[in-house]
Amino acid sequence: MSDAAMTVEEREANLKGIGCSRKRTEDARFIQGKGNYVDDLKLPGMLFGDFVRSPYGHARIKSIDASAALALPGVKAVLTAADLKPLNLHYMPTLAGDVQAVLAEDKVLFQNQEVAFVIAEDRYIAADAAELVEVDYEALPVLVDPFRSMDPDAPVLREDLAGKTEGAHGARRHHNHIFTWDVGDKEATDQAFAQAEVTIKELITYPRVHPAPMETCACVASMDKIRGELTVYGTFQAPHVVRTVASLLSTIPEHKIHVIAPDIGGGFGNKVGVYPGYVCSIVASIVLGVPVKWVEDRMENLSATAFARDYHMTAELAATRDGRITAIRAHVLADHGAFDACADPSKWPAGFFNICTGSYDVPTAYVAVDGVYTNKAPGGVAYRCSFRVTEAAYMIERAVDILAKKLAMDPVELRLKNFIQPHQFPYQSALGWEYDSGDYPTAMKKAMEATSYAALRAEQQERRAAFARGETRELMGIGVAFFTEIVGAGPTRNCDILGVGMFDSCEIRIHPTGAAIARLGTKSQGQAHETTYAQILATEIGIPADDIMIEEGNTDTAPYGLGTYGSRSTPVAGAAAARVGRKIRDKARKIAAHLLEVGEDDLEFEVDRFKVKGLPERQKNMKEIAWAAYNNVPEGLELGLEAVDYYDPPNMTYPFGAYICVVDIDADTGVTKVRRFYALDDCGTRINPMVIEGQVHGGLTEAFAIAMGQEIRYDEGGNVMGASFMDYFVPTAVETPVWETDHTVTPSPHHPIGAKGVGESPNVGGVPAFSNAVNDAFAHLDITHIQMPHDHWRTWKVCEKLGLVG
Amino acid sequence: MAKTQITLALNGRQVEALVEPRTLLIHFLREQMLLTGAHIGCETSHCGACTVDMDGKSVKSCTVFAVQAEGAQIATVEGLAAPDGTLHALQEGFAEMHGLQCGFCTPGMLMRAQRLLQENPDPSEAEIRMGISGNLCRCTGYQNIVKAIRYAADKMNAAQKEAAE
Repeated sequence: MSDAAMTVEEREANLKGIGCSRKRTEDARFIQGKGNYVDDLKLPGMLFGDFVRSPYGHARIKSIDASAALALPGVKAVLTAADLKPLNLHYMPTLAGDVQAVLAEDKVLFQNQEVAFVIAEDRYIAADAAELVEVDYEALPVLVDPFRSMDPDAPVLREDLAGKTEGAHGARRHHNHIFTWDVGDKEATDQAFAQAEVTIKELITYPRVHPAPMETCACVASMDKIRGELTVYGTFQAPHVVRTVASLLSTIPEHKIHVIAPDIGGGFGNKVGVYPGYVCSIVASIVLGVPVKWVEDRMENLSATAFARDYHMTAELAATRDGRITAIRAHVLADHGAFDACADPSKWPAGFFNICTGSYDVPTAYVAVDGVYTNKAPGGVAYRCSFRVTEAAYMIERAVDILAKKLAMDPVELRLKNFIQPHQFPYQSALGWEYDSGDYPTAMKKAMEATSYAALRAEQQERRAAFARGETRELMGIGVAFFTEIVGAGPTRNCDILGVGMFDSCEIRIHPTGAAIARLGTKSQGQAHETTYAQILATEIGIPADDIMIEEGNTDTAPYGLGTYGSRSTPVAGAAAARVGRKIRDKARKIAAHLLEVGEDDLEFEVDRFKVKGLPERQKNMKEIAWAAYNNVPEGLELGLEAVDYYDPPNMTYPFGAYICVVDIDADTGVTKVRRFYALDDCGTRINPMVIEGQVHGGLTEAFAIAMGQEIRYDEGGNVMGASFMDYFVPTAVETPVWETDHTVTPSPHHPIGAKGVGESPNVGGVPAFSNAVNDAFAHLDITHIQMPHDHWRTWKVCEKLGLVG
Repeated sequence: MAKTQITLALNGRQVEALVEPRTLLIHFLREQMLLTGAHIGCETSHCGACTVDMDGKSVKSCTVFAVQAEGAQIATVEGLAAPDGTLHALQEGFAEMHGLQCGFCTPGMLMRAQRLLQENPDPSEAEIRMGISGNLCRCTGYQNIVKAIRYAADKMNAAQKEAAE
């Protein structure tokens, strides 16, 4: 159809812009086996690295003998701390202001810690050689219980910090203490508790879990000694930051380091940090002058890179007898493992845990977090959530249910009574955040209607009576969660990574034919950026999304950005995309005015063109304008049609949602069936409903996994118990519930297109919904809180304890 | 290490190669045949990212030795589309139904689904879920994968019906 014959609606549909369920442009390569992941790379002369790892949780290294390994044909080198120390690379800085051993020097501090790096001609020889490296250890007392970390007689873990009484976040009061971070008005909160009519207090534990993306962490480092240039391909959620860190560590100038993140097979926070494997591969390539590849196996992934959570939260609520929450007080013991390698903005050692006042209008609150060392793997990443937001949401949503039980109130009624009301936005929370927008009562009521909540409660009453009469062996639980997230880090005034502000960026070049390439500082790991960013640009500029190629991950070509995690891509880089589009449109208006020989104010924009007001037949579409941009622009205007935008967000965004989960628990086996799960998400303006729904499905499935089975447990000897897919729960299609999705739309007032981000909401809201459902099944009985994960065995143990087992 | 010669049919093409006896089929496919569609996700046969078709059965190629493929018919995701480039109904279904996100499990998932539909051309939702339970996905929550497989089953059954008429 010719352009002129198309209606406005047809032209709009042709753009495939904001709001349309555009099919993904990424899919063509993935469904044909033509994705390009790190382990797919094969460079000429490439060698393969593998680690020798510690079998002990805590031990002194007496000696390392690599001679047998070096004698094996095909082995090129074995690196140990002794090799890295002269380069000052045996330790590396962490994002949290600590250091982490790249290769253990005198001691190992967790099981599977990196001790030596073997480089060989192929991965089989490397694995053989790693077996031949003889390490003599002297076992030391192991500390696995964070509650014992600061005992006076607790073993000293970090000898490298001896005498260091100041950490990155203030005073250290014990050799295993990392930091204390507190926020809020302690005095007013204590007073509110002293005067409270009702209080609750509960230790709510969020166990240590792992993001476990399908692709493990990997890199290929390639040093070109003649040019003095280093290229690193890797599974990097934040490639630009990796380049900066690599430059600071290696002293290679940043412009001579090329960091490239190709396709990434899921990240979920696992691929934010810098790991010893990257550093060792780079050093090995520099030493040997050939490319070196390192790929984790699954056991290494689950036991050595990037755990999440391990928050032990003592939550207290104060309330009136009629259910008004008057104060929140919380103390968190945060188990950070052997090194503080938490991936948080530098000034936030406990992330944004102070979002723990949730969706409620709480007058006063006080929170203190103590970070401690244990003999466990370092990490503390945000597993599909913004920094420590899922811990915070879990704590408040469990605590509200516990209060509801104490007050004998319905959990929804208690929430409705305490919600921040729509007229209160922008809302200043007691712990320092400014919530941008929300309409919580509408979302909650919509969820109640969609699930026939009142009928569910009536059914539950009948079933409890039937259970008491011995007519059924099933307990029915209804879990409600209403979460508020804080995502889109973040304003550079308070958010940075190692001193680099957490802005993000978009650059676009529109070619003479009207097709374009746009590059952004973020990096998709499956979130469909190539599809959705093009939709934002299409709407803003008026060229079809199909004519815009999106590229990320190559630090040579993409503008600097802080990467993809914490649901920041849409709130930050998505905003940069919208603003870059507006810059293009501004220039296009000048060119159109010139071509149409009218003033700029005489023009109006319509979908994909400028029209002369009152003379709509006089018009220039974006394709014509793009052509003119390269040969016929008004005097004084530069040729070309390009723009770049670095966006420093004025605030975070605050997505929210109402989730309702119904479970049926077999009292004789503990087997818990999810009968129904309804998820209403409000992520502001919706860019691609299909992609949003997919994100919600995936996030809910991860929430299901966490709530119902995931745990990286350590035994008393420091042995990690969950380091394979045999032991660590990743749900299959059989266990995974069917998801019902719904939405409301409350745009963010400060985001250029009103979008808030959605990828992590379902994980944040899903975990408390499941946990509340399981707890609710026992709410009429003598039990207040059941710790996660709610696997069948643990649930059966609860039934047994309550005398329910037949 | 001494190498052994193997001969097999790979996506319909006859292949001869020298492999170490311990070489895993997944490494042979990815590193020697340069077919990087199948992926390695666990190396313990739990995740199914390495699933390929071997003599009419789905196998996890991370726990099959290349020498065990001697004389076998092996099919990988690279051979799923028609030689003229026309996508298989499953490939089309995965794109239409948003059955993939990061794409890492997708080749294994497609090859498993392809075999599932050979075994059961008209599976129920429960049968699809059971049929792909050896393949893990961390992104999609499976719901759209189930829809994608059902899309393909319908399309393939309609085509067969049309051919029969």
